[in-house]
Formats: sequence, structure tokens, C-alpha cells
Amino acid sequence: MIARILAVATAEFALARRNRWVLMATVIMTLFALALTFAGAAPTGALGVDLLTVSVASMTTLSVYLAPLLALMMAFDAIAGEAERGGLALLLTYPVSRGELLLGKFAAQLAILAFAFAIGFGAAGAAAALAGGAGTESLIALARLIGTSVLLGASFLALGYAVSAIAGSATAAAGLAAGLWLVFVVLYDLGLLGAVVLDDGGTFTRNVFPWLLTVNPADAFRLWNVAAADGVALATGMTGAANALPAWAAPAALLLWPLLALGLARFAFGRVEP
Amino acid sequence: MTDSPALSLDGVVKRYGRAEVLSGINLVVKPGERLALLGHNGAGKSTLMKLVLGLTALSAGEIVVAGAAPGSAAARQASAYLPEAVSFHRLLTGREQLRLFARLAGESPRAVDPLLERVGLAEAAGRRIGTWSKGMRQRLGLAQVLLGRPQVALLDEPTSGLDPISRHELYAIIDEIAARGTAVVIASHALTEVEAQTDRIAILRQGRLVADSTLAELRARAGLPIRLRLTAQHDDAAEIHAQLGGERVNGTAIELRCRPDEKMDRLARIAALGGLVADVEVTPPSLEDLYRHYSGLETSGEERR
Repeated sequence: MIARILAVATAEFALARRNRWVLMATVIMTLFALALTFAGAAPTGALGVDLLTVSVASMTTLSVYLAPLLALMMAFDAIAGEAERGGLALLLTYPVSRGELLLGKFAAQLAILAFAFAIGFGAAGAAAALAGGAGTESLIALARLIGTSVLLGASFLALGYAVSAIAGSATAAAGLAAGLWLVFVVLYDLGLLGAVVLDDGGTFTRNVFPWLLTVNPADAFRLWNVAAADGVALATGMTGAANALPAWAAPAALLLWPLLALGLARFAFGRVEP
Repeated sequence: MTDSPALSLDGVVKRYGRAEVLSGINLVVKPGERLALLGHNGAGKSTLMKLVLGLTALSAGEIVVAGAAPGSAAARQASAYLPEAVSFHRLLTGREQLRLFARLAGESPRAVDPLLERVGLAEAAGRRIGTWSKGMRQRLGLAQVLLGRPQVALLDEPTSGLDPISRHELYAIIDEIAARGTAVVIASHALTEVEAQTDRIAILRQGRLVADSTLAELRARAGLPIRLRLTAQHDDAAEIHAQLGGERVNGTAIELRCRPDEKMDRLARIAALGGLVADVEVTPPSLEDLYRHYSGLETSGEERR
């Protein structure tokens, strides 16, 4: 089983290297992370934290948008595209299960995302540390940012596979993936914000709203990074919601999401008839 | 005849919604046998293959692939498939693609290079498949069929779009696969080549099996006439025509038709004419004639045995 997953992952990795996905993902992450770090260098003095802390806070916001986007862009073609090109039918006549195929692709694409995040955030973090200093706490925050970004990417890779299996064509899968991104990253937060404003500090805001944040992997990601580091919380201004939840809530949600989404993708893939 | 079948279909039915694509197919293929599966577009050939491969579910009936249920790990291990328009990753090299298949089939990646050599792709193996010709891709498709010594090989239109030389090479490899004891099913409408390259012929028409036999048996049962074409010595076709009848083709040739069992009698009479006849050409009904005959027949269940 492991041998077959590795075989699929090896081929998938070779493909991603050739169609420049590895390069593109890494360059995009690095450029944005560097730009944000230096654009966000201004408030250091006012908050009394080192530059790396501010940099991690800005990069957290960046990752909320970029990690799901990159993951979905890589994943949406995985099943629908392969089925359209006719390769899936042949692949499925081999003694490899659909779960193994999925895990192979997942392993390769997650490795690429992890590489891009490590290089991108690492480079920006190093630049910030050199320019404005860093402490143990801010270094841990950087490591946490990279780790949680990988988890966030994993959630959306798997969601992308599910969409790819449901859509039936690569074009439809691309559209669905864009919709998914919009809902999870933009509309969900807007909806919650509207509800909080209407509720005006009532029970919803105090008891329900923080939990609703953990339901969305993008918000769980933000909460985890914010709740774990005071400096980051200070810089992002998300302390309120973070303090209303037990410390395990956001990490648990972000760890569960990739598993749930993979299960969903496997179920949807099982219904695909190539 | 005591061999257990490599592949057997019993009362196979496939429906898509209300449309019945295959109805009551019974078919047995023995190890080492080459079966041509003929039929128009939409007759159900590809659907039949997908059922055998477990890519789509049966509506009724039973299929046994090398003793296992279609789609099971054992059946997938025992079968190989060449899809109609075979498609590989354009960005992978031939060697990488075949290595992936080898590892999925549980075979050593070391088996890959000899195989590429066998199908004449040793030189191109390091180049991306996107730069290959259609014939090369088809040969790579065949190379992956050779992986893992399958007991059943299903080839869907293996020669479509190939030039004559590539076709010839392709059939040489198919013969080799069959010689190892693999049951080979070839779906095709390239009738003339299948004629010489297969042991048995099955004809599908609108989801029903209307013929399943050897070429000789199909010919005998169809009772289509044999054509005898006589060329006269000294442009003297009129004399022969007067003696034997038949149809004058031009000044020097005559065409006769007879039933298979009359053939020897006719030939004896022709031989008796001695010097009048310069040449005799005997043409049995072609596969195309047979195909027309059987695929035009009303299905009265005569093939149910």
C-alpha cells in the first residue's frame, strides 16, 4: 500500500516540478511574505514588539487568503482533469485503490505546499529578524505559522479533491473551487461580522460566534495563531474571540479538517465512473 | 478445451437509466485465445470492457476474470487494458510513466527498460510523452499491457490511427502476449486486419451478441457464396460463359458464385475445361461480408447456447 502511494506521489511530484507549480508556489509565497513584512514594519515601535512578531502577524493574514487559494488551484484538476484526459480509467484498472491514489496525490501536493510555505515565510522571517530583531517567542510564532499554514493547505487540498470528484469536468471543478474559496475565506467572515453587528454584544457574540469561527478552517487557523501568541494577538486585534474559547478548540478544528475533507473527497471519488 | 476460462461472461446486462446497452451477453475466452470483438460505434464494445475491468457496475449477470470478480484487487492484478484513445501525462517521460504503472502493478521498476526496448521505445524513453507521435504513445500503451503478465488483456481499438507498419508491429506484440497464455480481447472495426490476427470472432449488435465463433464456422453458418473468378485464355470468355454460366466481368473474365459445399464440384468442372481457363481465383466471403450478414441479422436468440 505504501509502495503504491509513494509511486503515485513520485509521479505527481515530477509533474508539479515540470509544470512549474513548485517554483510558482514558492515564488508567490516568498514575494508576498517579503512585501508584507516590510510594508508592516511601521507599527513596531508603537506596539513594543520586535519586527518578526509584526511580520508573523501580517503573514498570518496573508496565509489565510493565499494558502487556500494555492491549495485549491493545485487540487481542482486532480480527479476531473485526469478523468477528462482519459488517464483515470487506465489508472483504476491497476491494483491501486482510489484511496491510495488520493493519498499519493495528497502527499506530493502537500509536500510542495509545505516547501513553498517554509521557504516563503522562512525567508521573510529571516529578513525581519535581521532587520528588526527576534526573540524566542517570535521564532516559535513563525514556526507555528508555517505548521498551521500546512494544515490549512491540507484542508483545502482535500476540499479541492472533493470538488474535483463532484464536478465532472475540470472547468466546472475550477469554478466550484473558486466558489469554495470565496465562501470560506471571504463570505463566511462577512456573514459572521454582520451577525455580530446585529447581535450587538448579546449571547450570540459571546457564546456562539467564537465556536462558529472554529468551524471554518481559515478562521480556526487565524484563531490558533492569534491565541497562542500575545504579541501576534496584539498586532492582529483578534484577542476577544481567541480568549472566549478553550485553548484546544482551534487546533482541534484545524487538525480535524484535513481528515474530514479527505474522507469527503474519498467518498466523492468513489462515485466517479471514469 | 479443459482449460478453465480466463474470462467468462454469463447473462451480462448493463443499463444506463432506461437504455439497455448490453443485454444477455454470454462469452467465454480461454487462456491464450485471441478474440475479436466487432461492432459498430455504440454497439457496446467499450461498455463491455469497462464492465470486465470493474470500471462500471453490472446491472445483471455475472463476470469472472481469472477466477475473481471484476474490479477486485485479484481481477485487477490479472487484467490489463489499453483504452481507445490512450492518454498519458504529457509532461512525464515514457520511462517515468511506465515506472509508475510497474510499481502500481507490483512489478519491479527494473522491468521497465527491457519492455521499452521490446516495443521500440528505448531511444525515446527519456523524452516527454508530449513530444511523441501517436504511434509511439500507442506502443507505450501496449508496453503497459505487457507489465505483470496479465491473464486477460483488453485492447480497445488498438490500431486506430496507426500507419500500416506500426499496425504490423502492434499485432506482432499482440501475438506474443497471446503466446504467453494471456487471453486477448481486441475491440475493433478494422475488419481486414482482425481477420488474420484472431482465433475467434464475436459480433455485437445493439448490445446483443449476434455471432461468436471461428471465422470458418461463421462462414459456413452464414452460407454466403464463394466467388470464383476465371480468367480466360486467348480472351475467350464467351466460350467459358457458354459452358459454365456466371457473370461476365469484362472480355476476359467471368465471376461465378457457389455455395461452400459446391466448391469442389465447380472446380472440377473448371479443370475439365482445360486450356480455356488461364487462371482461377477463389475468394471466400470476406469478414466484411460476414460482418454485414451478422450485424444485419434479426436476433432470434440463435447464438444462445
